[in-house]
Amino acid sequence: MPAKKNRDKKAAAATAPANEPDPSAPSEATETQPAEEPRPPVQVLYCAVCTFPPEYCEFGSSFTRCKAWLQENHSDLFDKFYSEEALQNKLGTLSVEAQSRLEKDTAKKEAKAVAKADAALKKKMSSTVTIKRIERNKRKHVTSIHGLEAFDIDLKKAAKQFASKFATGASVTKNPQGQDEIVIQGDVCDEVLEMIEEGAGMLKGIPSDNVEIKEDKKKKTTDD
Amino acid sequence: MFKKFQPSTDIAGQTPVKSSVQRSIRASVLSQWKIEPETLEAIWPKKEGLVHVKCREHLSIYTVKGEPILFQHFDGPFYPTLRLLHKYPYILPMVKVDRGAIRFLLAGAHMMCPGLTSKGGYLPPKEEALPAGAPVGIFAEGKEHAVGVGITKLGTEEMKELNRDVGVETATYLGDDLWVVQSL
Ligand SMILES: [Zn+2]
Repeated sequence: MPAKKNRDKKAAAATAPANEPDPSAPSEATETQPAEEPRPPVQVLYCAVCTFPPEYCEFGSSFTRCKAWLQENHSDLFDKFYSEEALQNKLGTLSVEAQSRLEKDTAKKEAKAVAKADAALKKKMSSTVTIKRIERNKRKHVTSIHGLEAFDIDLKKAAKQFASKFATGASVTKNPQGQDEIVIQGDVCDEVLEMIEEGAGMLKGIPSDNVEIKEDKKKKTTDD
Repeated sequence: MFKKFQPSTDIAGQTPVKSSVQRSIRASVLSQWKIEPETLEAIWPKKEGLVHVKCREHLSIYTVKGEPILFQHFDGPFYPTLRLLHKYPYILPMVKVDRGAIRFLLAGAHMMCPGLTSKGGYLPPKEEALPAGAPVGIFAEGKEHAVGVGITKLGTEEMKELNRDVGVETATYLGDDLWVVQSL
């Protein structure tokens, strides 16, 4: 009896214009579990700017940019949400005062987000990358690079890039201050500086003025 | 729960879930959500292992192929992630907050009864009343998609009667730190 029921469901599903798998070729899953078809998920469009469904953009901190994006990419939805009529309906049970409060709030939030982004950019532009040559013993040096993360560079991947470029060992380690830095075996200070100036591979967006080279000799200077 | 959540510092570890435990989670989810086994199978195929992402404060996130699909606090009920609820909006009972409450919810607030009982809000009718402790999808006045996932702190009839204090505790909401995480 249940088998019959399933067949009926199957037949119904086959006629439906859904993107179901071919029912004549049952997959493994249907063999072990002779069952109905799963319900397809709802496809939800998300805003490319704030990641919310566009109907919620008005509550985000980038409303102006969200609106511009929607107008450009989904003009039908833009009209649906922001036409004169839609704005009237949207008020719903909210009083006019509450609505204007909400709008003020959104504007404030937006201004705040812009200020925050500005500050972050400023901070980025004022942070420095330090390349340090560290003496291990007479002949041997390692090169440490500190501060790349401020420029949104993935340290692990950058270390890999250095390692393959110089055919040497490079790793991400914590310095005594607990900050992550890249340590490369050998003295490659100048080469690293060059790479940053060129913006090679992942090392993009670092102003060369923000890079400094330091030398770290052994504290115990043996006068030989 | 995810107002301040940082994957880099708040995750203690990830472990694949034993198949016996997976079976019991599957059974719990099927009993707690209104979901067909076939649909759950499509979201989380039996062949595909569930991974337990252990977080601070007894919070557990479960992922399939790196994508968070459900989470749990202590041994409480299982919540779908908001992204999953967007895809399958019918799996949890619906409550709705009025437009005025949306911005508070998006700031991480729990939902007070008046925001649910007012004209723009919605609570299930008496015949479908929910007890306290039920996971719910939180929808919003004038909006199509859910804005959060939460749990009732009072029965829905009590909310209507009392009409004050927190009615629904917010577990995850649009734009919180779980929303931001698309894969773990
Ligand atoms: Zn947006």
